[in-house]
Amino acid sequence: MSIKIEHLNKTFGSFQALRDISLDIPDGKLTALLGPSGSGKTTLLRIIAGLENASDGRILFGDRDISRLPVKQRNVGFVFQHYALFRHMTVAQNVAFGLESLPRNQRPPKTEIRKTVNRLLEMIQLPELANRYPAQLSGGQKQRVALARALATRPDILLLDEPFGALDARVRKDLRRWLRGLHDEFHFTSVFVTHDQEEALELSDQVVVMSQGQVEQVDSPTRLYANPTSRFVFDFLGHVNIISGTVSDGWLQQGNARVSLPGVSTSGDAQLYLRPHEVHLSVEPDSRACLPFTIEAINLIGAEVRVELRPDGWDCDDIWEVGVSHSEFSRWQPQRGDRCFVSPEIGHLFRNGDNRPQPVTWP
Amino acid sequence: MAHASPLKPRSKRVLPGFGLSLGVSLLFISLVLLLPLTGLVAETAGMTWSQFWFVVSDPRVVESYKVTLWTAFLASLFNGAFGLLLAWVLVRYEFPGKRLIDAMVDLPFALPTAVAGITLATLFSTSGWYGQWLETIGISVAYTPVGIIIAMAFTSIPFVVRTVQPVLEELPPEDEEAAITLGASDGRVFRKVIFPSLWPALLTGIALSFTRSLGEFGAVIFIAGNTPYETEVTSLMLFVRLQEFDHAAASAIASVVLLVSLVLLFAINLWQGRYLRRLHGK
Repeated sequence: MSIKIEHLNKTFGSFQALRDISLDIPDGKLTALLGPSGSGKTTLLRIIAGLENASDGRILFGDRDISRLPVKQRNVGFVFQHYALFRHMTVAQNVAFGLESLPRNQRPPKTEIRKTVNRLLEMIQLPELANRYPAQLSGGQKQRVALARALATRPDILLLDEPFGALDARVRKDLRRWLRGLHDEFHFTSVFVTHDQEEALELSDQVVVMSQGQVEQVDSPTRLYANPTSRFVFDFLGHVNIISGTVSDGWLQQGNARVSLPGVSTSGDAQLYLRPHEVHLSVEPDSRACLPFTIEAINLIGAEVRVELRPDGWDCDDIWEVGVSHSEFSRWQPQRGDRCFVSPEIGHLFRNGDNRPQPVTWP
Repeated sequence: MAHASPLKPRSKRVLPGFGLSLGVSLLFISLVLLLPLTGLVAETAGMTWSQFWFVVSDPRVVESYKVTLWTAFLASLFNGAFGLLLAWVLVRYEFPGKRLIDAMVDLPFALPTAVAGITLATLFSTSGWYGQWLETIGISVAYTPVGIIIAMAFTSIPFVVRTVQPVLEELPPEDEEAAITLGASDGRVFRKVIFPSLWPALLTGIALSFTRSLGEFGAVIFIAGNTPYETEVTSLMLFVRLQEFDHAAASAIASVVLLVSLVLLFAINLWQGRYLRRLHGK
């Protein structure tokens, strides 16, 4: 079932948690609400669930306005960061809770509830734990039980609040993959909250980036990564190298650093954003740019070698990071303290006072 | 490692003075609790088994057991319900005067029980504020078992409130929210989710309230009327024996009360330990 949010506002006292949010969440897709803490993403999720009331605005599930409907009539499943399993009930009792809460005339008979519970436990691959108590389970197992419990009543919409936030890295990865598989199989509409951009990009069909109670950008993961529409989104999606300077005659200049800007005709102060893997490193400057650096640190661990660079003869707020393939690294063998130059391939130019970037590519 | 002793806490503990602090604690427990209890047993040990049995099975004393047990039972039951409500209100709602009410909960502990007894007796006597209109609907409280129950309930209600309150405060709100999103009605949320978490604490509170009521003396005797075979409580029987300088008999009765209280507390602790182990694992 699709979700439509129209002009939603939420204030807590004098604090405005959500500011005029309008959003379409497509049917049968996994949507991520991504943002730093305090961006209002959890509040938005709780308002969709009905655990919190919006100050004004409307929410529609399909064509039905559910803004005033109490939680239990919305037919949503909710998964909490800290599982919120009922500690005094066994795994099977936890999973059965939703079905047993149905009004008498809709409640399936006991044998059927038992069958459904067993089927769900098979689905989460924990049938042997039916009679355990939550305290006897690991974090990953608990979250899977919480998921089965939320899915037992066949909700129209599944809402997950930082579902993997309390788990360690490896379990998190497994569970992420498992949830993606589950989603591809059952196609429920789901919305999950996360502050981890990697998780959002890997797991979702659509990402909603939020900041300070507002929606910054809504896009598919690929489009979001390729075309961030604001400085905030750019900064939030992983490390980015920035040089600020003055643009004139198609060149950006600061100190003894200069970068050509093909296709840019305006002038004035601006910042050029370059991602670590959209530049390359060389010993000599080339026709595209002259960006001198000294090598500050080299990190060999990972799919590529990460080189940290300190500007030489010009300034920047944050240190630069550049990814170099292992083969290139071993051919070149750079050392800490060596001088080198960065040459751009793809960049985004933000003019001062303008929050939308202009893409720049070098031929 | 010839010198390695199995008990070598000194270097491993964060707080220093393990030996000293444990020693002082044990000494204190011995002086304040164990020694008087030993005295009690020693006093009764002077009696033969048949003498002991004769004293504790005296019909008037047996009747006092019955009165004490069922009034204490009803009082602690009442406290279970009312104390839970009070704790709930104090934890879940914000209202003016909340801090004051919270402080007043401890009043029955602070007040000399005799003062409580006299006050209750005055209020509930047939000419008292409450007593006179209770009289018009045919309920007499003072000098009846109902009066005993009220006195017992009054003096022991803080036990329930103070054991339930912290547990209620610690309940994660997500548990309730999870239950609501799963479609549970308010009643079902309370019965199936909140209550099972409170239950161990509530039962402990009720048990403490009950054992306290078993021994309540000051508050009860003023309102009970102390009619033999009807409104005499066991602690009064103790007092009567003491006034007759029959220390052995008093100790014998006291040991019965003590035994009942201890058995009850141990049983509750055992059960609670099992229940909490299930909740927290291990």
